[in-house]
Amino acid sequence: MKKRFRVAALVAGLGVLLLSLSGCGQSLSKQNVLQNDKDANTINWGVKADTKLFGLMDVQDNNIKGFDVDMANHITKHILGKKGKARFIQVTSQSRIPLLKNGNIDAIIATMTITPERQKVVDFSNSYFDAGQSILVPNDSNIHSVKDLNKPGTTVLGVVGANSVQNIKKVAPNARVLELQDYAQALTSLKAGQGEALTTDNGILYGMAVQNPGFKVVGGTFTREPYGVAVNKGQEPFVKAVNKAIKEMEADGEYNALIHKWFGNVPGFNYKELER
Amino acid sequence: MANIISNHWQELLTGLGWTLLSSVLALFFSLVIGSLFAIMEVTENKVARTIARVYIEIFRNIPLLVITSFFYLVIPLYITKVNGFTAGTIGLTIYTSAFIAETVRSGIQSVDSGQMEGSRANGLSFWQAMRYVVLPQAFKLVIPPLGNQFVNLVKNSSVLAFVAGFDLMYQANNIASTTFDTINSYMVVGVMYLIITMPISYYMRYLEKRLA
Repeated sequence: MKKRFRVAALVAGLGVLLLSLSGCGQSLSKQNVLQNDKDANTINWGVKADTKLFGLMDVQDNNIKGFDVDMANHITKHILGKKGKARFIQVTSQSRIPLLKNGNIDAIIATMTITPERQKVVDFSNSYFDAGQSILVPNDSNIHSVKDLNKPGTTVLGVVGANSVQNIKKVAPNARVLELQDYAQALTSLKAGQGEALTTDNGILYGMAVQNPGFKVVGGTFTREPYGVAVNKGQEPFVKAVNKAIKEMEADGEYNALIHKWFGNVPGFNYKELER
Repeated sequence: MANIISNHWQELLTGLGWTLLSSVLALFFSLVIGSLFAIMEVTENKVARTIARVYIEIFRNIPLLVITSFFYLVIPLYITKVNGFTAGTIGLTIYTSAFIAETVRSGIQSVDSGQMEGSRANGLSFWQAMRYVVLPQAFKLVIPPLGNQFVNLVKNSSVLAFVAGFDLMYQANNIASTTFDTINSYMVVGVMYLIITMPISYYMRYLEKRLA
């Protein structure tokens, strides 16, 4: 009898601990991130490190390189002045919002589409890139558009936390969707034949096609995916500063230069459409 | 936590089912394979001993994730298609069997050698002596460490999440990334793992008391 009581007490104690833990993490939202960053002269950006063209780790010099990274660098300079520093922290589609929420990063610039669901938990800047969802298949595949995926027995690969996964479930409800950890793994899985197609935003897919000649992007885009910079709720001054920086970059041609730098040489990709 | 459970109980149940299935399959096969290699390690046959040694040393010292990724990503390229669940369960089985082999071997070796000699002297073959005299005593001795391996196996089954094996951890990742309620999603799943592993711990303790 006594022993049973001890077990019950243990379980109850665990329950209390869990509940109290889930109440943590409120105080961060009361800080002014923009002011903190100005004081530290540094902005901490969450960027992808596995996505060619947007954010890819260069193993030669251990720097992350891509359009998102360059955008972040330029925005930092616009906000903090020429001496401002941008620090880059590697995120995945899955980890980026938790890392933002717990204060490890100040802002996300990681191929992140502005969606209503996400706007409930974070604030977005104006769009800084207009992507659209598409599919990547092996060159010899008989899948020519997203319509060919909508049948039982077809497996589509995506990435946990990417809204492309939610989209494809709506567009091709009969297909099975496997959610992998990041784009590198999703692409390896596609190579291993774990699925017939890989779906995400066209910019990311073209990056994969550039690196892997055996694969091609087919069928055009079937959604609109405007990318935004995400920051914590309650950081209006920071959002305004980012929006101002993006506007300045568009006005003085910096933006178009970056688009040209990263997307000018991608076969099959009309970068002129992206210019602003 | 309550709204995660009420909104996502279907995914959670699916995850629980796949985790349990994978754990039970891996538990059964790793026990069989592990015991087999343990016996091979203590036989007189040098070839069998070497094979067992090599198998155990290789798979005990490679991370589970590497074994699983190998079956998920490399085997399909050259041999045959393996889905995430199968790859994860095979990985779990191989990895755990190496540990179980070591555990069972230590049990066999701690049974007094007189037991084997006595059985052989009374006309039992090596296998009969193993089966009826040594192994029953050995398993009794290794119940506590074996219980640890079973609990580890259930926890390690979260490797399925990495290869899209639909298990609890996979569902937790998906729920966390659609609801953005990271803390509660993982807590619910943590509690669900506890629900599986706690009874195993308690049952093993019970067995230990009853048999020892």
